[in-house]
Amino acid sequence: MITANTINIGLYKKLYLIRRCEELIVKDYHRDEMKTPMHMSMGGEAIAAGVCTALKEDDQVFGTYRSHGIFLAKTEDTDDFFAEMFGRASSLLKGKGGSMHLCAPAFGFMGTSAIVGSAIPLAVGAAFAHVYNKNGKVAAVFLGDGAIDEGVFWESLNVACLMKLPVLFVCEDNGYAVHSPASARHGYTSIAAIARQFNCIVLEDSTTDVRKIFDLATGALKEMTERASPGFLHLSYYRYLEHVGVNEDFDSGYRSRKEFEGWKEKDPVAIQRKNLLHLGCSPDELSEIERQIDAKIAASIDKARKAPFPGKEVLYEEVVCRCD
Amino acid sequence: MQMRLMSYRNAINEALVQEMERDARVFVYGIDVADHKRIFNSTKGLVEKFGTHRCFSTPLSEDAMTGFGLGAAINGLRPIHVHMRVDFMLLAMNQLTNMVSSYRYGTNGMLKVPMVIRAIVGRGWGQAYQHSKTMHSCFAHIPGLKVVMPSTARDAKGALIAAIRDDDPVVVMEHRLLYDVEGDVPEKMEDYRLGKGRILNAGNDITVIATSWMNVEAMKAADILREKQGVSVEVVDPVSLQPLDTELLCASVKKTGHCIVADNDWLFCGYSAEIAATIAEQCHGMLKSPVRRIGFAFTPCPCTRPLEDFFYPKATDIIKAAETALKLGPTDLTGEEFYSYENKFKGPF
Repeated sequence: MITANTINIGLYKKLYLIRRCEELIVKDYHRDEMKTPMHMSMGGEAIAAGVCTALKEDDQVFGTYRSHGIFLAKTEDTDDFFAEMFGRASSLLKGKGGSMHLCAPAFGFMGTSAIVGSAIPLAVGAAFAHVYNKNGKVAAVFLGDGAIDEGVFWESLNVACLMKLPVLFVCEDNGYAVHSPASARHGYTSIAAIARQFNCIVLEDSTTDVRKIFDLATGALKEMTERASPGFLHLSYYRYLEHVGVNEDFDSGYRSRKEFEGWKEKDPVAIQRKNLLHLGCSPDELSEIERQIDAKIAASIDKARKAPFPGKEVLYEEVVCRCD
Repeated sequence: MQMRLMSYRNAINEALVQEMERDARVFVYGIDVADHKRIFNSTKGLVEKFGTHRCFSTPLSEDAMTGFGLGAAINGLRPIHVHMRVDFMLLAMNQLTNMVSSYRYGTNGMLKVPMVIRAIVGRGWGQAYQHSKTMHSCFAHIPGLKVVMPSTARDAKGALIAAIRDDDPVVVMEHRLLYDVEGDVPEKMEDYRLGKGRILNAGNDITVIATSWMNVEAMKAADILREKQGVSVEVVDPVSLQPLDTELLCASVKKTGHCIVADNDWLFCGYSAEIAATIAEQCHGMLKSPVRRIGFAFTPCPCTRPLEDFFYPKATDIIKAAETALKLGPTDLTGEEFYSYENKFKGPF
């Protein structure tokens, strides 16, 4: 039974991992130990888990300041994740990045930018390097719908299509750029329709079913290889929490609880859990999976809390190389 | 050491060819690097020798193509991005300032950015206010970027080779009028190090620290002052602006006691202010006259030649500053010929 559902269970593990990490951030953020602006992925876990699972292990991922989901989906490294959230010397970044600048090159997680759209061209250049080095890797870049407003998105899409580079653009569309709805920002109706004018494989969906997103991304990646073309996925989701911070903001006037509740009914974590039960997984089996993930996260948070802060010597490290 | 007389443009070209031969990871790209004009011939022969995958023209997307270089560099390639004018590079300031400069630090050294950005400073034949900027102080201001601005053919080649081999992003600023200037250039420049300045003319009476094209003006001023006033001028070219060879600069000023900074830029908040501050901090008590600064008029650059002449500082301004510092009478300039770009550069670009 388990072998038949390996992919489905793997997808659920990623969904649950991301959700629980963020729930624990929400729970502890008020203690003011994690002094880094949190842009939460909650609600968008299916895109992160589905696409990152479809990618090969050594394919590369670039992201945004809202990258908890894709970082955990790609690395599952909760030790490093929480060490950086707590700003400790035990993280790979030694506290230089925080929530907005996660990076783990050993896992193909090549970095993010807190300036909207700014990591997009890096993925295009990375894809160029992969072609140059003939290594068969793909570079995927996650971007919000706000990034579509930036010139650099269109510059990058154009270059990728012109040079036929293996870039997968993944637009995680939550309908709002900070607090502005698409209707207040777009002089057009469909991003995907414009993207289709480029020589690019374009797919769109508003499902929150992680398996459907995995299949969609897998198909896109296969077609990208066959046609030597970039791909563009336009995937809708709903951001459960405020733009930055760990609270709900349905009383702030720009969006409604009713809108949220419509999406909450098709919550990606709950859907996949239900799917697994339907596919024959036992409740006990799922509880055990969840228990193990909970224990792993708790251990990581504990380790992070006990780790030392970086010392003064770290400040000047890695600005430039130590020249002779 | 095997020396050849070579133009600045050919020295750049030779550096590119040698490095691309040596290291297959090096590639050159940018707007029109592969067209028939080949960036004033500095990229000539690269397409023919190395193919279009290692030398290619790009869409007019300076911002994205800078991030493109960063993405390639963190994957082990060694991109050289070329801008025909510094002014065009300003479209990439976000990538340069927020991404390229800080990627190494932000990833705590897990990813390195061995990237070169060549940018050409325009001047003359009506370049006006959007084809003539230098702005090196802005680039040198940013931690994580190295900035070089060679004024001789020899340093143009050496600095470019060292920049390509450097594991950090280096902005190489080349002055368009320097392209025709010739000098001795070694065939091999393996030992060239970034961060070293050069004394272009040794002297004892006054130091002129000049950047880029202003070194040509400073050398002319030094010749005239020697012949007409018997004054020995030490002309010091920092070559590298970040890191800066403060030791070389300060040693010269401590020797002469006088310092003129002739910068190829505006003065206000400019690189000349950084040098003047450094001299003030490190040579205090040894200065026999105040540090004097010479630079562009504080206006956008005008198009027409008569106004351009008022805008740009020249050898005579350096001579006048030296007269004031050393309390000399007016220098007899009769019979002196000053550089006029029309002799070499007839535009349009």
